[in-house]
Amino acid sequence: MSTTTARPKAADSHPTSKAARVLADRRLPVMVTAALFLVMYAAGLSRYQNYGFGEAQVFLNLFIDNSYLLVAAVGATFVILSGGIDLSVGSVIGFTTMFTAWLVERQGLPLVLVIPLALGVGALGGFLMGYVIHNFEIQPFIVTLAGLFLYRGLCLVISKESIAIGDASVSSMAQTQVSLGGAFLSIGAIVALVVLAAAFYVLHYTRFGRRVYAVGGNEQSALLMGLPQGGTKISVYTVSGFCSALAGLLFTLYIQSGDPLHATGMELDAIAAVVIGGTLLTGGSGFVIGTLFGVLVLGLIKSLIQFEGTLSSWWTKIATGVLLCAFILIQRAMTARRKT
Amino acid sequence: MAEPRPVLEMTGIVKEFPGVRALSGVDFRLFPGEIHALLGENGAGKSTLIKVLTGVHTLDGGSITLSGRPVRFAGPAQAQQAGISTVYQEVNLCPNLSVAENIFIGREPTRFGRIDWKRLRREAAGLVDRLGLDIDVTAPLSSYPLAVQQLVAIVRSVGTADGEGAGTKVLVLDEPTSSLDRGEVLELFALMRRLRDEGVAILFVSHFLDQIYEVCDRMTVLRNGTLVGEHMVRDLDQVGLVQLMIGKALGQLDELHEHQLHADVGEPLLEAEGVGRAGGIEPFDLEIKKGEVIGLAGLLGSGRTELARLLFGADQPDSGKVTVGGKEVAMSAPNDAIGAGVAFCSENRKTEGLIPDLTVRENIILALQAARGWTRPIPTAQRDELVAKYIAALDIRPANPEARVGQLSGGNQQKVLLARWLITRPQLLILDEPTRGIDIGAKAEIQKLVVSLSEEGMAVLYIAAELEEVLRLSHTIGVLRDRKLVARIANGPEITPTRILETIASGEHQ
Repeated sequence: MSTTTARPKAADSHPTSKAARVLADRRLPVMVTAALFLVMYAAGLSRYQNYGFGEAQVFLNLFIDNSYLLVAAVGATFVILSGGIDLSVGSVIGFTTMFTAWLVERQGLPLVLVIPLALGVGALGGFLMGYVIHNFEIQPFIVTLAGLFLYRGLCLVISKESIAIGDASVSSMAQTQVSLGGAFLSIGAIVALVVLAAAFYVLHYTRFGRRVYAVGGNEQSALLMGLPQGGTKISVYTVSGFCSALAGLLFTLYIQSGDPLHATGMELDAIAAVVIGGTLLTGGSGFVIGTLFGVLVLGLIKSLIQFEGTLSSWWTKIATGVLLCAFILIQRAMTARRKT
Repeated sequence: MAEPRPVLEMTGIVKEFPGVRALSGVDFRLFPGEIHALLGENGAGKSTLIKVLTGVHTLDGGSITLSGRPVRFAGPAQAQQAGISTVYQEVNLCPNLSVAENIFIGREPTRFGRIDWKRLRREAAGLVDRLGLDIDVTAPLSSYPLAVQQLVAIVRSVGTADGEGAGTKVLVLDEPTSSLDRGEVLELFALMRRLRDEGVAILFVSHFLDQIYEVCDRMTVLRNGTLVGEHMVRDLDQVGLVQLMIGKALGQLDELHEHQLHADVGEPLLEAEGVGRAGGIEPFDLEIKKGEVIGLAGLLGSGRTELARLLFGADQPDSGKVTVGGKEVAMSAPNDAIGAGVAFCSENRKTEGLIPDLTVRENIILALQAARGWTRPIPTAQRDELVAKYIAALDIRPANPEARVGQLSGGNQQKVLLARWLITRPQLLILDEPTRGIDIGAKAEIQKLVVSLSEEGMAVLYIAAELEEVLRLSHTIGVLRDRKLVARIANGPEITPTRILETIASGEHQ
C-alpha cells in the first residue's frame, strides 16, 4: 500500500501562545483556587499572628468544622460533573440528623444499625430522584427541588421539635481526637478525607468515573458512543444522596442533635464550594481536589471573620457571593476561549 | 467474478414518525470490502435508514440480516457489539476528554479494577498509528480541529468493534465530509480505502457528488422514503444520478440566469454610507435598489456575514449611517431593521433561527407576531390562511402545519425559515447561505423563489459560498476580501466565476 497520509497538525489551527495554553489548561481553575487559599491563609497569618492563627490546630479545625460540608460537596461534584444539579443536599442532611436522633433517642436503636439505615435512606432517595430525572426526562433542577421540599417536610413528620442526643456512644465518638503531632483531627474530618480520596479514585480510575465526565461533556455523544448514560446519571444522584446522608451523620456527630431546620440551604454552600473549586456548572470539567480547596476557602473565610471579631457572620455570605461571582466569570472566560 | 454474499441485508424497511412515513419498504444491501454511497435529497430517508440500522430508531417493519443472521438492535451499543460502527455528521465524542480516552471510553483496559492509563494510552497510540494517522493521543480532543476529531471518531469505531471481538464489519459514515476542507477530505478517503482493503463494508453518505464518484464503488438512491435503485458507480454518470435523485430532468436552473440578467431594477431602497465595525468589517458604501439582487462573494471569513449582520442591526456599526427609503435608521438592534422592512435569514438555521420543538405553523408565524406585538394576537382564521398559503407557495413538505419543525429535512426547515420572514413582507431580504447543506432540488426551488421575489420588487442580499449560485441570481456582485468590500461588479454575460475569483485573489476589479 502506498497510501501516504497527510499528517494532521493540531498546532496549525490553534493559537499556541503561552497565555492561550495556560487558559486552556483544565487544571487552571483548581490552581487559582489553591493559590487563593494560600494567599488568604498567608494574609491571616500576617494579620492575626499574635492571636494564634498560626497554630496547626487552627488549620486542622478547617477540616473538623467543615467535614460535613466537604462530604456533601464531594457528592455535589459528581452531580455537577455529569452536567446536573442536586438541590436536595441540605434537606437530606437535615432529615438525616432528625432520622438518626429519632432512631437513637426515641427508638433506642444501636448506632451500628442506625448508620447503615440512614445511609441507605439517603442513597435510595438519590436513586429515586436520578430515576425520575432519567426516565421521565425532567430537569434535575425541578426534581431535586421536589426532593428538597419532601425531605424537609419529612423532618417535621418525625418531630416538630429538635431532638438532643444524649447517647453515650455518640458523644464519645464525637469527642474522639485523632492525634497528629501537636494537633488533632476529629473522626468526622477523617471520614471526610477518606470520602475525598475515594471520590478521587472513582472519578479518575474507574470506568464509572470516566462516564461521569463523558456524560457531562456531551450527553448525546455519550449515548451514541454506546455508554450507559442513563445508568450513569442515576448512579450520580445515588452517590450524591449517599454523600448527603453521610454528611448528615457527620453533622449529627458535630452538633449532637437532630433539628428539622438543620442545614437549611446547605446545598447552596456545597454548590458554591464545587464552583469555587473550579468545576464547570455545565459539566464535564473539574476535579474533586478543587472541591476540597473550595470548601477550605469557604471555611477560611469563616475563620478569618471570627478572628477579626468585630465583623458580623453575615460577611461570610457576602464574601462567598463575591467569590462565586468572580469564579463564574473565570469559568466563562475559559469556556469562551476554548470555543474559538 | 462471482459476487460475494452481502454482509448486511435490509429488506422491506418501514419507519413511521407521527405524521410522516419516513421509509416505506426500502431494501438495502452492503458487501464486504466496498464503499457504498447512500444517496437522495434531503428528506429522502437516508438518515432514518442509518438510524434504523444502528439501533437509534426501532423498526416498524421489515428485517435486517447481518452475516446471514437476522438481527434487531435495541440501541447503538448493541449494534456496535455486532460490528456495526457509526460516525455521525456532528462529531459525537466528548471534547473534554483526551483523544485516547475518547477512543477507549466504555471499554478501558483495567487492572485489578482500576483503569490502566498507561496501557490505554499505548493501545490508543498503536491504533492511531496502525490507521496511518499522527495524533497525540494524550491531548484533549477539543485541542484538535473538527477534521481530526472526525478521524478520531473513526478510529474509535474501528477500535471498538475490534475490541468487542466481532471486528468492524460495517462502518457507517454519515456526511463526514460536510465541514472538511479538501486536504482533510483526502486524508479521510485514504483512511476509508485502507479500511475497505481490510474487508470492511463502508456506508458513505455525502452531499458532494464528486466525492461519491471519487471514492465509492456502489450506490443506492432513495427518494421520498422509497428505494429508487442500486447501481455500480461506474455504470451511472452524474447527470443520470441527479435525475434519479430528484425524479425529474434538470435544466430549469439555466433559464434563471438568462432571465435575471435582463431584469430591471427600481429606485434606491437602502443606502449604507461608511458603515463599518472594528474587528468585523471595514467601512463600506452599498446601495441596494428595489427588486435588485446583490450577491456577496468572498471566502469564508471574508466578512460576508458581518456585513449582513450590520445591515440587520444584529451587530451595531461603530461608524457610518444607513438610510432606508430616504429615512435614516439607527440599526442599533434587529428590531430597528425589522421595523424598516429588513429581514434576515441566518446561516445557522438550527441555532439562530428555528425552534425545533414548535410546529411549522408556530415557527412561520413567529416573526409576524413579533412585529405586531405580543398583545395583539393574529386572528386564528387569518393565521391559518397565511400559513397554508406559504406552505403551498414554498412547497414545504410535509404540508402539515402541525408537524414539528425538528422532524423536517434541512431543505424544508430552510423553507420554513424563509416563510417566516416572507410573511412579514420585507422590502429587503438578507439570505445568508440559504442553500447550504440542502439538496439540489430544494436549492433550485429556493433560487427560483429569489428570482420571483425580485420580480415582485423585493430587494435581496444573497450570500452563498458557491460562486455559480451568486452569479446566477445577482444583478450586482459585491466582492469581499479580508473583511473589506473591495469591488462592486455589475453582472453580465462576460462575468464568470473565474473573473470573480481573480477579483477575490487580487482585491481589485479590472
